[in-house]
Amino acid sequence: MANTIAAAHEHEATASHGHDDHHVSLPQHRHHFETQEQQREAGSFGMWLFLLTEIMFFGGMFFAYLLYRNWYYDAFVTSSNQLSVPLGAVNTVILISSGFFMALAVWAAEVRKKKQLVRYLILTTIFGLAFLGVKTVEYKEKWEKHHIPGASFDVHEFINPAIDAKTGKAEQRPLAPDMAQKTQVFFFLYFAMTGMHALHMIIGLGLLGWLIYRAQRGDFTDGYVAPIENFGLYWHFVDIVWLFLFPLLYLINRHPLQ
Amino acid sequence: MSAATISSNTILSLPDQRTASMPKRHYINNEDGMLSWLLTGDHKRIAMLYLFSITFFFFIGGAFAGLIRLELLTPQPDLVASDTYNKFFTMHGIIMIFLFLVPSVPATLGNFLIPIMIGAKDLAFPKINLLSWYLYLIGGTFTLAALVLGGVDTGWTFTTPLSTHYLNTHVITAATAIFVAGFASIFTGLNFIVTIHRMRAPGMTWFRLPLFVWSNYAASILMVLGTPVLAIAIVLVALERLIGIGVFDPTKGGDPLLFQHLFWFYSHPAVYIMILPGMGVISEVISTFSRKRVFGYSAVAFSSVAIAVFGFFVWAHHMFIMGVSNYSALVFSLLTMLVAVPSAIKIFNWAFTLQKGSITFETPMIYAFGFMGLFTIGGLTGVFLGALGMDIHLTETYFIVAHFHYVMVGGMLMAFLAGIHFWWPKMTGRMYSEPLSKLSAVISFIGFNLTFMPQFILGYLGMPRRYHAYPAEFQVLNVLSTAGATVLGVGFTLPLLYLAWSLKYGEIAGNNPWQATGLEWQIQSPPLTENFTEVPVIDYEAYDYERLERKHANEVTTVG
Repeated sequence: MANTIAAAHEHEATASHGHDDHHVSLPQHRHHFETQEQQREAGSFGMWLFLLTEIMFFGGMFFAYLLYRNWYYDAFVTSSNQLSVPLGAVNTVILISSGFFMALAVWAAEVRKKKQLVRYLILTTIFGLAFLGVKTVEYKEKWEKHHIPGASFDVHEFINPAIDAKTGKAEQRPLAPDMAQKTQVFFFLYFAMTGMHALHMIIGLGLLGWLIYRAQRGDFTDGYVAPIENFGLYWHFVDIVWLFLFPLLYLINRHPLQ
Repeated sequence: MSAATISSNTILSLPDQRTASMPKRHYINNEDGMLSWLLTGDHKRIAMLYLFSITFFFFIGGAFAGLIRLELLTPQPDLVASDTYNKFFTMHGIIMIFLFLVPSVPATLGNFLIPIMIGAKDLAFPKINLLSWYLYLIGGTFTLAALVLGGVDTGWTFTTPLSTHYLNTHVITAATAIFVAGFASIFTGLNFIVTIHRMRAPGMTWFRLPLFVWSNYAASILMVLGTPVLAIAIVLVALERLIGIGVFDPTKGGDPLLFQHLFWFYSHPAVYIMILPGMGVISEVISTFSRKRVFGYSAVAFSSVAIAVFGFFVWAHHMFIMGVSNYSALVFSLLTMLVAVPSAIKIFNWAFTLQKGSITFETPMIYAFGFMGLFTIGGLTGVFLGALGMDIHLTETYFIVAHFHYVMVGGMLMAFLAGIHFWWPKMTGRMYSEPLSKLSAVISFIGFNLTFMPQFILGYLGMPRRYHAYPAEFQVLNVLSTAGATVLGVGFTLPLLYLAWSLKYGEIAGNNPWQATGLEWQIQSPPLTENFTEVPVIDYEAYDYERLERKHANEVTTVG
């Protein structure tokens, strides 16, 4: 199919104006690429390399997480119990849905369905916003419980956990005071990692707005799908980062009480 | 191989300069006006923009070096207070490393030449290339802002907890500068890798690429993989200062050593980001002025990649005295020795390229010889420092200072100047004054050795770095060093003057003044905006002087 499109465009180009560029096929074709295929490959390769730098960027924080998790295991277990698994799980579903609609958007661009492309991009945006909404609720809860490091971090409840009224048992294992201080390290990393992830989402949502505007103009449904494809790669990368953050921060340290 | 016929066609018989004329249309006069430069997508114009900016920052960084040497002229702290002195060497380090050495060869010569050398019309992403320059400028502006607002005194290494807790200077401003400038370098590297993979002309296989392209490719890998780690380390330092998170703060359970790991994971590969493109320049220059194919082409090509790979596994040799375990120190010491092997491969291969070549001593070649000698000294002293026992004695002394200046100034700066002098006729279409440029190459070489050789001795005797006062018995060597710095200053200012002069008054260079084989020499100088009038097809190896000879012979017969 791609061949026939290219041939049709070439025909168009030669018919309308037979200037010296033999490879004209689309208006978005940049002069310094020999073929449109070369341009598309270069764009996608560039995006993969950019994602590689992103992996290295997040890698620094994941490295810090692994190091401190080994050192302050008990503090990490206790702090991890403070995070809400239901909210995290809901967010995971929301984000995967957002990624699913992004994948559909790429498909819609490839089969040149403008209406569907716009619809899927909007759905991607809505689910992205929903993710950030849930994240805000979680951050607010941390604020109320004084779990924001650097601001007014309170280790009191890690040393003397609240007693459950019904069972008469402590809600979690108490920590020694010096280990309780280390719960701050968990929350530094929690905010640094989820915050950096949220920042990437916000940047992505900004780009999505611009893509929706251009998709409505019909920029991406005439065979020029590279921006949608490359943004899709970025968006899926952001999803994948979360798929590592969720188990590391919310799940793997959880223990039943005592 | 008939050495006689080739030597008849060497640099000694330059094409008649009087017949060479400036082409009517080229990338410089293609469009007029400031805006056409500031919004350009042309890799050659962006290279020139970068060249002006890095030269500007080089002289600011150099001025701080001058102030440092002036203070060290006497043992007493008589020129500036100790805090001011700390700010001097910090600004010198930040400017020279992040704003000069890292972008020096890749962003100027690499930007200009890589697309031409592989037969492409431009880099893969011209807009990202321009964005890279603007990011560099923003980084530069933040650096100047930190300077004007009162300076920063962490040293270029931003060591925690000094940078996070004990200083009240403009650490955040400087950190922002490095963060932003880092992205400029990431985008340059990304652009190069994609371009070299996807934009090569028909027939330009990987093993026909000039070695300059290989070494820039290796450096680009380091930029793309290393720089983001520096970015996150700097973000965490900034967060620690701004909102008091404590990833590196021991009182809150953090570990300062983690910062060292993250920082040096970039900053050690960064020295290869700086030196590898320079090595590429040297390969081109040595080959051209000995009229021979580079000895062991594929060994030199792979040694670049090997340096890039090994370069990622030696970072902890900066931390031997910082409390890493003995076992990891041992491993990193061995790996450090290992990285000397690919560098040595290059030096030996260049030496064998020279053997039985028709060597001529043009200015770029003099700089290249300077590089080979000085880089060898810098590299070998690096092996001393990689050895654990020696390192404990020598680290944090002037020995370290001398070592990395031998590699960075004696190596990289010489390579940069070799490259600038080599490709200047291609970039501007004009020649500079040959006697003056040779003179300045020699002055730089003498000045350099006078500056830094005494520092090896000072360091060995135990003079610590980063102090503005020292015991009186060290004064003789320090005076020698300061005197050398003055000579070096002259050596670096001269090229600025005669190269600027040549822009207007230099002789017309013609397409191929050095009779070199590279693709860039087969097109007009200065090149057209689109580089090639038709897509070149490559059916020959790099550095094929016999082919050039045959081509030349044919031309003569057809004309005659």
